[in-house]
Amino acid sequence: MYIEIGHFALILAFAIAISQAVLGLIYWKSGGRIAAFVKSAAIWQFVLVAVSFAVLIIAFVKSDFSLLLAANNSFSLQPLIYKISSVWGNHEGSILLWVLILVMFGAAVAVFGRDIPNDLKTLVLSVQGVLGASFIGFSLFTSNPFTRLNPAPFEGADLNPILQDVGLAIHPPLLYIGYVGFSVCFSFAIAALISGRVDAAWARWVRPWTVASWVFLTLGISMGSYWAYYELGWGGWWFWDPVENASLMPWLAGTALMHSAIVMEKRSALKIWTIFLAIITFSLSLLGAFLVRSGILTSVHAFASDPSRGLVLLALLALFIGGAFTLFAFRASSLRAGGLFAPISREGALVLNNLFLASATAAVLIGTLYPLVLDALTGARISVGAPFFDLTFSILMVPLLLVLPFGAFLNWKRSDFIAVTQRLAGVAGLSLVATIAAFMLMGIKISLAPLGLFLGFWVSFGAIADLLYRAKFGQVAFAKALKRLFTLPKSAWSMALAHFGMGILVLGVVLVSTGEGENITSLKIGETAQLAGYSVEFTKSEVLQGPNYLINHFEFDVSDKRGNVRHAVSEKRVYTASSMPTTEAAILTYGGVSQLYIAVGDGDEAGNQVVRIWHKPYILLIWYGTIFMALAGFLSLSDRRKRIGVALSSKAKQAVRNKQEA
Amino acid sequence: MTRKQKRLSIIAGLGLVIALAAVIIFTALSSKITFFYSPSELKENPVAIGQHFRIGGLVKENSWVKDGKTNNFIITDNESDVAVIYIEILPDLFREGQGVIAEGALNAEGIFIASNVLAKHDENYLPKEVVETLKEKGEWQHGTEEDAKTTETIKTTEGANN
Repeated sequence: MYIEIGHFALILAFAIAISQAVLGLIYWKSGGRIAAFVKSAAIWQFVLVAVSFAVLIIAFVKSDFSLLLAANNSFSLQPLIYKISSVWGNHEGSILLWVLILVMFGAAVAVFGRDIPNDLKTLVLSVQGVLGASFIGFSLFTSNPFTRLNPAPFEGADLNPILQDVGLAIHPPLLYIGYVGFSVCFSFAIAALISGRVDAAWARWVRPWTVASWVFLTLGISMGSYWAYYELGWGGWWFWDPVENASLMPWLAGTALMHSAIVMEKRSALKIWTIFLAIITFSLSLLGAFLVRSGILTSVHAFASDPSRGLVLLALLALFIGGAFTLFAFRASSLRAGGLFAPISREGALVLNNLFLASATAAVLIGTLYPLVLDALTGARISVGAPFFDLTFSILMVPLLLVLPFGAFLNWKRSDFIAVTQRLAGVAGLSLVATIAAFMLMGIKISLAPLGLFLGFWVSFGAIADLLYRAKFGQVAFAKALKRLFTLPKSAWSMALAHFGMGILVLGVVLVSTGEGENITSLKIGETAQLAGYSVEFTKSEVLQGPNYLINHFEFDVSDKRGNVRHAVSEKRVYTASSMPTTEAAILTYGGVSQLYIAVGDGDEAGNQVVRIWHKPYILLIWYGTIFMALAGFLSLSDRRKRIGVALSSKAKQAVRNKQEA
Repeated sequence: MTRKQKRLSIIAGLGLVIALAAVIIFTALSSKITFFYSPSELKENPVAIGQHFRIGGLVKENSWVKDGKTNNFIITDNESDVAVIYIEILPDLFREGQGVIAEGALNAEGIFIASNVLAKHDENYLPKEVVETLKEKGEWQHGTEEDAKTTETIKTTEGANN
C-alpha cells in the first residue's frame, strides 16, 4: 500500500508541475496571486517528490521485493547503507533522485529568493516547472520506479558488486546536485530572455546558484575519480572515458559561467555571453545524461543505462536545448551590450579565461561525439582516447594557467600590464626555482613536465602573492599587514583559495603522471617485489566469508626506504548472487601525499599469485586541490554580500567597490 | 585607443585564439584517433605494420597459451582469426569464448602485438563494437542477446554521471 502512496505522490507532483509551468508562463506579469501560487506549487512539488523518494528508500531498507526495482537491485543481506544507496544504483531510482534534486532547487529558489522581483521569480519558477513536469513525466511514463512484482521473490538479484561501496552513497548525489543545480541558471537565463530585462542584479542573483552547483560538481567529479581509482584496481584516476567527459563538460562550462557572471555583476559587460553560457552549461548536463543513459557509449565505468529510453531522452534534450537556443536567437539582440573595457584589464583576463575554457569544452565535446558522428555517417568505428584529449586539453590549459595569476592582479576596466608584471616577477622567479628543485629532486626524464610543474607553482604561488599584495605586505608594517590579511573580504580569500587549489591540482597531475612507477609480477608466499625503494613481501593468503560475498584475502608487509614496515591487505571478492569478482586494492599513503597501490590478479595451483604494484607519487595533491576549490566555493557562498536575493543599493555597491579597490 | 579600436583588437584576439583552438582540435582528431576492426575487416583491408588500432571479437576456444607473463591467444569472429601476443597481466574477466578488445599494432609476421586488452568487470559484458560485428556476421545468437539485455538492465549502477 505505501508503495502506491509514493506512486500517487509522484503523479500529484506531475500535475502540480504542469499547472505551475502553464499558469506561470502565461500570467507571469500579473504578479500577486499567480506569483504566490507558483511559489507554493514549487514547494509542494518538492514535498511530494520527497515523499515518493522516501517510499522507495523504505521499500529498499525493508527489502520489500514486491517492488520490482528492489527485487532487481537489492539483496536482503546487504548492510543498511548499501540498501539505501541501491535506490539510486539503477536507472529508475537514479532518475527519481535527479528529479528530487531538480524540484529541491525549485523550492529553494521559491523560499530563499525573497528579494528577486515577483515577475522574474515567477518566470524562473515556471521554467523550473517545465523541467520538473518533463522529468517527472519521463520517470512516470518510461521509467516508473513503483512497478510491483507478483509473486514477490524471496531474494533480490543484488546490486552490481562494484557499486557496493560507500562511494555510491556519496558520489551520485553530489554529482547530481552539481548537474541539476545549473538548471536554476538555465531558468534564470530563459526568464531573462523572455522578459528582455538583464542587468547587473540578474548576475548577482544567478551567481550563488552557479557557485553552489559548481562546488558540488567539483566534489562529485573528484569523489568519482577517487572511487574509480581505488575500486577498479587499475591504479588510474582519469581515463578520458566518455562518461567522465560527460561530467567534465558542464564543469568547464560552469567554471566559465562562474567567471563571466562576475564580469556581468561588477561591470555590466558580457551580458549576452553569460546568458549563452548559462544555457550551454545546463544543456551539457542534459547531453551528459543522454549520452550516459542511452548506452550509446562504451565506457569502463558502471552506470545506469537503459537504451530503450534513449529516444525519449533525446527528444527532451532537443526540446530544451533547441527551445532555449531558438529563444536566444530571437531575443539576444534586444539585450543591450554593457560596459566597455581595455584589453589589459580584469575583464580582459576573464574573457581570455572564458575563451580557453570554452575551447577546452569544445575539444572535449568534439572528441566525445566524433566517434558517434563518424559511425553514423560512414560506419567506421573509431575510439578517441587519452592521446587526443591529453594533447588538445593540455595545449589549451597552458595559456589559461599562464594568464590566471595576472587576472587576479589586474584592475577592472583598465590596468597597467608592466606594473602587474613587476609585482608578479617574484612569483615567476620563485616558481622557476621550485620547478628546478622539484625536477632535480625527482630526477624526471626530459619531457614537458617542467612546464607543467612551473605552471602549477606559478598558479599556487600567484594566489598566495595576490593575498599578500592585497594585505600590503612590504608596504605597511608587518603587524598591520597581518591584520589586514585577515580582514580582507571573503571574496578575495575565496578567489585565492580556489586558484591555489587549481595550482595544487596541476602539480598533482604533473607529478603523478611523470613520476609514477609500476611493477607487475608473480609472487609466492615469502617472496618480495621491489618498486621505487619500497619492498613488498607477500606474507599470507586465505579464503574468508563476507556478508554477501566470498573473500580471497592476501596480506603483504611493505617496507619503505627507512625500513619502516607496514601491513597491507588486498582482497578479491566474489559476490554470491551474481558470481562477479571485484578487486579491493591495498592502498598505503606515505607522507600524506604519495601512495603505494597493491592489487591482486589471478593465481595458479602452484601458489604463484599475480600482484600489481603501483607507486603514485604526490597523487593525493589532485584531490586536495579539488577540496581547496570546493572550500573556496563554500567560503564565497558564506559571503553576506552574495546571499541569495540580496540586492544591494547602488550606494552600497559603490561602497563595496571602493573597499575592494582600496 | 578609441572605442572602435578597443573593440576590434579584442575581436581580433578572440578570433585568433578560436582559430588556433580549431586547428589544434582537428589536427589531433586526424592523427590521434584509433580505428576499430573485426578480424574479417582486417583481412579485407589490411592495415600497415606498426599502425595503431583496436581489434575486437571473441577469444577463440583453446587458443590461450600462457607462458609466464606472455599470453598468446586468438581473436576470432568465427570467420577470420588474428593471433595476438600480450606481455602483461590480462584483466580478471579474460576468458576463452568471451568478448574482448585488444589495442596495439601488427608486426612483420602479421601477429597483433597488444599494448592493452580491455574486458569490463562484468561476467556477461560484451563490448558494443564486438556485438555489432557479431550481428553483422550473423554470429549473434538469440539466447545471447537476451542475456545481454538482462545484463544491460541489471548492469544498472552507479547512477553516476547521470
